[in-house]
Amino acid sequence: MTTFLSLTFAGLSLGAVYFLAASGLSLIYGLMDILNFAHGMFMTLGAYAGWDLATHLPSNTPSVLTFALEVLAAVVGGALAALLTEVVFIRPLYGKPLSQVLVTIGLDLAVVALLLGGFGANSLSLPVPLWFLEATHAGSVLLPNADFVALVGGVVVLLGLEWFLRRTRFGIVIRAGVENREMVSALGVDVGRAFTLVFVIGGAMAGLAGLLYTAVFTGDLLSPLQGDGLLIFAFIVVVIGGLGSIRGSAIAAVVVGLLQDYANYYGGQHPGFSEIGNLSTVLLLALVLEIRPRGLLGRAT
Amino acid sequence: MRAPRLGLAVGAALVVLAALLPYVGVSVPAVLPGTVDVLNSAGNLSILAICFVFGAVALGYDVLFGYTGLLSLGVVLHFAAGVYVFDIALTDWHWSLGASLAVTAGAGLGLALVVGAVSLRVTGIAFTMVTLAFAQAFYFLIQDNPHGLTGGQDGLALSSTRLPSILSGAVSNTRSLYWLALAFLVVAGAVVWVFIESSVGHVLVAVRDNEARAEVLGLRPFGFKLAAYTLSSLVATGAGVVYLLLIGTAVPDAVATTTLTLAIVVMVMLGGAASRGGAVTGGILYWYLESLLVKVSGQSSFARLPAVVRVPLSQPQFLFGAIFILFVFFVPGGLAGAVARLRARRVGGHFEPGAPVTAQTLVARLIPPRSEKEAP
Repeated sequence: MTTFLSLTFAGLSLGAVYFLAASGLSLIYGLMDILNFAHGMFMTLGAYAGWDLATHLPSNTPSVLTFALEVLAAVVGGALAALLTEVVFIRPLYGKPLSQVLVTIGLDLAVVALLLGGFGANSLSLPVPLWFLEATHAGSVLLPNADFVALVGGVVVLLGLEWFLRRTRFGIVIRAGVENREMVSALGVDVGRAFTLVFVIGGAMAGLAGLLYTAVFTGDLLSPLQGDGLLIFAFIVVVIGGLGSIRGSAIAAVVVGLLQDYANYYGGQHPGFSEIGNLSTVLLLALVLEIRPRGLLGRAT
Repeated sequence: MRAPRLGLAVGAALVVLAALLPYVGVSVPAVLPGTVDVLNSAGNLSILAICFVFGAVALGYDVLFGYTGLLSLGVVLHFAAGVYVFDIALTDWHWSLGASLAVTAGAGLGLALVVGAVSLRVTGIAFTMVTLAFAQAFYFLIQDNPHGLTGGQDGLALSSTRLPSILSGAVSNTRSLYWLALAFLVVAGAVVWVFIESSVGHVLVAVRDNEARAEVLGLRPFGFKLAAYTLSSLVATGAGVVYLLLIGTAVPDAVATTTLTLAIVVMVMLGGAASRGGAVTGGILYWYLESLLVKVSGQSSFARLPAVVRVPLSQPQFLFGAIFILFVFFVPGGLAGAVARLRARRVGGHFEPGAPVTAQTLVARLIPPRSEKEAP
């Protein structure tokens, strides 16, 4: 039972990272019809921005403040990368969704290769507070502290995003745009601004996802390829949750995170099944598509 | 009708030249991807053979991407399936060549039909994501080394005991393997060409251009799309078999990654989607340039370059990503589109970008004109 509770906790924190990665993708797709491959690059750049900032700080033992600054750098880095991507590469191609997708593919290839050339495949380590590596006792259950951080990050962003989309003017424009873009622009709203905004929000969340993923799941090691690895699961979450739905993404992220963790633990012990956790998510995707092609909370088409 | 015949003649001439290449011992400095600067050196021929393999993969992929308008990111699933099923049958099970080929063909066909049928339940971007997820699942599976069959991360070296001597040993039999790759490319090209020119191929283009209109005509797009998916996947599976014979080992990170999938998309776009000769040119050129860049960045003079120049140049993926972006913006039709535009300008006529098969021409093809008395 204690194992099960620990697993559930770890699965939820993995789900939180998936949510951060997937919700931005889902919003961008919902509003602009772009499958944004550069999202993996935003995540990677976020993690590297956090690392880069930490190297410029005085080299004491990393404190909570260090980590807070890393988070800030990751969010800003992801948002900036997304802003540049939207303004320079996506905007000139409005109205050509396929070209936009292809451009994001090219960007992702190029930037990841550049990072590989500059930093190598797996050589850098992100400084995190020692507290992250410890665990908290809750009764007889041992809960790793790092998982708390991911979980809190995911929940805070979910609440913030829900508030933003429901209570602010920009948020309402974005939601309306996801529902019916033509109608919104016919009403005289500048949809182009909403496009840029949605990219920046998605990029900020992706940057945070990349940093948290590094701090919680990779043993603090940075890799230029980590964003693309995460992106696959983010795609799976987005399709299961339903394209364009934030709540769908949140539910699907939790389901996928839990499933992956349980399958890894209970199935992965058998020889030749070490990747069963990853495989199970794809099987779930196939199952959902068979039963409900539009995803959990996706709009009927 | 002149243009396709001319293209066919040029293609045939190129194939003959390529087939004679192993007899040409001319020294060419700097531009060859092999380590020895001689045209028919073993290193050069084996790299060119891989170029042919990816030319064929790109050609098959274009059936789906260019002609059917489906952005699948699952192409390496079928490529890697060809590599691994063939390898497992020959190496792990010690089957004969014929039996191994048969099981690879059967598994390739089954996989294409199942994955195609499940993925085609969704359309548009969701289809793209689902195919990507399936390809990734296969990557996980072979990483896993189930029952010790695939060798996991380290890969599975091909055992040549059951192979005829002419196909075994990539070094000693470079010529025969080179011709095999060329022959495969020619056969794949012929099959794809016949398919595209058939009525099924025309329906695919009509579905791509306007699916609703094709449906109104009473055509069920699903079956046609599945046919395109299957053909495209089978070409990739066959290419996987040839690739394995050439390379002699199956490694997940070389044959089953998303990066390779994206590279194949880049090949087709660089060459020009839905144009005869475009995709295959893109595939060959891509692999050629990548091999050349890898060779150049390994040379000692290269290490003396400043880091600003050296780092980007040592990463072929960076250059291809950048060129790809430039192509999407400025040369959307790829090389084939650019050539067509230049030709149109030289002749002085105006250029019509790829006049597609429309539903009208489709109706004319599929439904013969009614006779007088049937008309209402």
